[in-house]
Amino acid sequence: MIPDLIAQLAQMAVVLALAPLLTGLVRKVKARIQRRRGPPLIQPYRDLKRLLSKEAVVAENASWLFRVAPYVVFACTWVAAALVPTFATNLLFSWSGDLIVITALLASARVAQALAGLDVGTSFGGIGASRDVMFATLAEPAMVMIVFCVALIAGSTKLSTIAEYMASGQVGLRVSLALALVALLIVALAENARIPVDNPATHLELTMVHEAMVLEYSGRHLAMIDLAASLKLLVYVSVIICIFLPFGIAVSGAGPLAYLSGVGAWVVKLAAGGVVLGIFEMSIAKMRVFRVPNFLGAALMLALLGLLLLFVSRGM
Amino acid sequence: MTIVLTVILGLVVLAILGVVTARLQAGRMLVYGGCLVLCLALLVAGIEALAAPVAGLSLPIGLSLPIGLPMTGTQLRLDPLSGFFLALTGLGGAGASLFAIGYGRHEEEPWRVLPFYPLFLAGMTLAILADDAFAFLFGWEAMSLASWALVMTHHQEHGNARAAYIYLLMAVFSGLTLLLGFGVLAAGGGGYGFEAIRAHPPTGGVAATVLVIALIGAGAKAGLMPLHVWLPLAHPAAPSHVSALMSGVMTKVAIYGFIRIVFDLVGGAPAWFAVIVLVLGGITAVMGVLHAMMERDLKRLLAYSTVENIGIIFVALGLALAFKANGVTAGATLALTAALFHALNHTVFKSLLFFGAGAVLHATGERNMEKLGGLIHRMPRSSAAMLVGCLAIAALPPLNGFASEWLLFQAILLRPDLPQWGLKFSIPVAGALLALAAALAGACFVRAYGIIWLGRPRTIAAEQARETDPLSVIAMVVFAALCLLGGIFPGVVIDAVAPLVQGLTGARMERQLQDAWLTVAPISTARSSYNGLLIFLFVLGSASLTAFAVHRLASRGVRKAPPWDCGFPDPSPATQYTGDSFAQPVRRVFGAIVFRSHETVDMPEPGDNRPARMTKVTHDVVWETLYAPLAGLVGRIGTVMNRMQFLTIRRYLSFVFAALIVLLLVLAVRQ
Repeated sequence: MIPDLIAQLAQMAVVLALAPLLTGLVRKVKARIQRRRGPPLIQPYRDLKRLLSKEAVVAENASWLFRVAPYVVFACTWVAAALVPTFATNLLFSWSGDLIVITALLASARVAQALAGLDVGTSFGGIGASRDVMFATLAEPAMVMIVFCVALIAGSTKLSTIAEYMASGQVGLRVSLALALVALLIVALAENARIPVDNPATHLELTMVHEAMVLEYSGRHLAMIDLAASLKLLVYVSVIICIFLPFGIAVSGAGPLAYLSGVGAWVVKLAAGGVVLGIFEMSIAKMRVFRVPNFLGAALMLALLGLLLLFVSRGM
Repeated sequence: MTIVLTVILGLVVLAILGVVTARLQAGRMLVYGGCLVLCLALLVAGIEALAAPVAGLSLPIGLSLPIGLPMTGTQLRLDPLSGFFLALTGLGGAGASLFAIGYGRHEEEPWRVLPFYPLFLAGMTLAILADDAFAFLFGWEAMSLASWALVMTHHQEHGNARAAYIYLLMAVFSGLTLLLGFGVLAAGGGGYGFEAIRAHPPTGGVAATVLVIALIGAGAKAGLMPLHVWLPLAHPAAPSHVSALMSGVMTKVAIYGFIRIVFDLVGGAPAWFAVIVLVLGGITAVMGVLHAMMERDLKRLLAYSTVENIGIIFVALGLALAFKANGVTAGATLALTAALFHALNHTVFKSLLFFGAGAVLHATGERNMEKLGGLIHRMPRSSAAMLVGCLAIAALPPLNGFASEWLLFQAILLRPDLPQWGLKFSIPVAGALLALAAALAGACFVRAYGIIWLGRPRTIAAEQARETDPLSVIAMVVFAALCLLGGIFPGVVIDAVAPLVQGLTGARMERQLQDAWLTVAPISTARSSYNGLLIFLFVLGSASLTAFAVHRLASRGVRKAPPWDCGFPDPSPATQYTGDSFAQPVRRVFGAIVFRSHETVDMPEPGDNRPARMTKVTHDVVWETLYAPLAGLVGRIGTVMNRMQFLTIRRYLSFVFAALIVLLLVLAVRQ
């Protein structure tokens, strides 16, 4: 009970502390590939600090929803992050929600953000929200199919059980798992508004999706949304790590040393994920908005194919 | 039992009183107030039947009344299944009546509503309580006819008379189909009483016929594709509290009919039937929500979303049948529990959303979302309740819609190794369709809420909207609270329906309320668990703590300023996104297949002052390929037959003679 509680609290603190660093790392990698020096790794922390200390400018016709939404977005993402086993599987509250709940919590965050985008009644908020929900109508079912695939193999939808099962090495090579991995990578790119689906660095109006939706935000509200976006990236990378590369994760009953090595392994894998993401983003061009459904549709079909294979034969 | 009988009688009395007092202010209070009390009694009676062992009842309680068909009489029966649906009717009816006490004030012709409203409720109650085919169909038809009269309330408005006509046709079709089904059932055991049918369940080809007939008859009433066409026409035409009853409760009576015939009277179904139900349910869910996404009329949007939810319930029922056919009792139990839970949830949030639509309609006189906007400023309490309803129907945690869909997903994952190939493919595909429908529902209700309640008002009417009356607001707030309670205490509902599920599948789920922190674990804690209460507390706690910390430690200042909008804010509300423009990306992705939609852009040459135009064309494929040819055929036959009306007496006599000859020939051949 006590170690579980400590693991849980430590996890909540660590994900919050490391999320901006991961964002900073991706930016740094991209800058280095472009032969720029790039902002320092801790620049996202400085940005957050600057935004937090500024006053918030709120549009005259904004409703209460506009001011509440950033906190809801952040809280939903944070709770989702707290349920993902990053360095240890024995989180105290891991039973309160499974992978489907994590997906749905991120969907809640998205809905809150899309509603806030529509609240002021500007055209940019509308364009961002409508495109974002269009992406979601394909990315979310794909994610649910991926969850189904993984859950059928591991015999559980609980992420901690899945991680323990995958870490135990009794899985072997499976076609359906490979299909699910490809689909999950595509979904993760789309959900985090990365290239080729969306460009997190753009401020060219017609290409913005996520940035257009949060255009009216400033000050502490924007800080909350930026932090939530960083957290979401960390959640997705952690989910991928936890399902497909869970080696080194501390299982329940392990000693303090195992926790330390668990944290170390997770941070190394996280950093590797950030570097790979940066390289990938630099090696591919952004798509037109209406090419994205094909891209996401491929993820949906791959995940469905994996699921069908599992229904046909448990060994696939 | 006596309570329910009293309720039916009381509702009939109220209908008569409604005729007498319809023109008085007091008449409205009397009828709706009376309905509220009676529905609450019904709710209590239903819950009592579900908690029979605790309440000291021994179920089923049967009752035979010496009215109705000769020899059979009228058989009534209260068992856990009817108890659950009685409670559901009581809940939906009580909410609608409470809402109507205030809302009914705006009805210009109350005498068109007051007599039929209690009859509608009485019909539904009788259909649920019936234990013989005659009483069931009597209640079923009373429900259809009374609701038809209610759909005709505003018959002068454009399209309503046509909607009511199509509704009546489909209701008659559904009633006749079920009559045929009961005839086939009765032929096996020699009686129209359900007891006799249960004693001699049909087998083989007869059972298959009955199952298909039940799917068509109950599906037509519930709104299963492709028999749904009347639903998006008829539900919006009625006054809003009646729409809430039709969508929230009447479709559930149809679900009850399906469960009663398929699970109880026939006692299960073969695997091929489960495949049909699964596939139809999945298609219904996705098509329903896609239509809802394209709809501008708020009430039609809600009606299409009802079609979607009916699809979800049918997927759950199909899954239960598939498991039952293979003897996987745990799976059947889980899927059936999910179906009933979702039926209850749909009653709660769809009633709430129709109340909200009524409040908007009253405040602005508009159902078209392109003429609304910014109502969150003018109607703060209604809009808060509606926000909860929209999030619940979009299946977001920690609200009730998510809890039931989560259970359903768990049922899908339970046993992938069913032997039939049809099921091996249709279960994962139905799962994919459900996930797609859930995501589309999220998009659909972001659009509905965002365009109507958020943004800037698009018309004067929306700008001058006023909050609706307090009783209606109370009805909405109560239902919004139920959405939250159902989501954070799903174990209560799961435990409550356990006895009825046990009666139908032979097993019950583990008691959920024993688990620590009220966690729901459908199979075992190691496999999957969900705790809505904790998720709710975590989200609430971390959001408020963060807000507190940020305001305390960082900054608190707020400056009001004009919207930024990349430096070019336009004061005209026409520059906002509209419902159509919001739906455009989704229409471009799915529409080409589902609606055969296309867009044409007419761009004038440089120097030409003509405005540019964009035209979109969408088709209702089901109507155009199935119903329009059928209606055309009936019309052509009618034209041909019409000539018969203007013949000479000689020809009529020769027709009579010919008919006589044919009949004699038939007799001769048969002997």
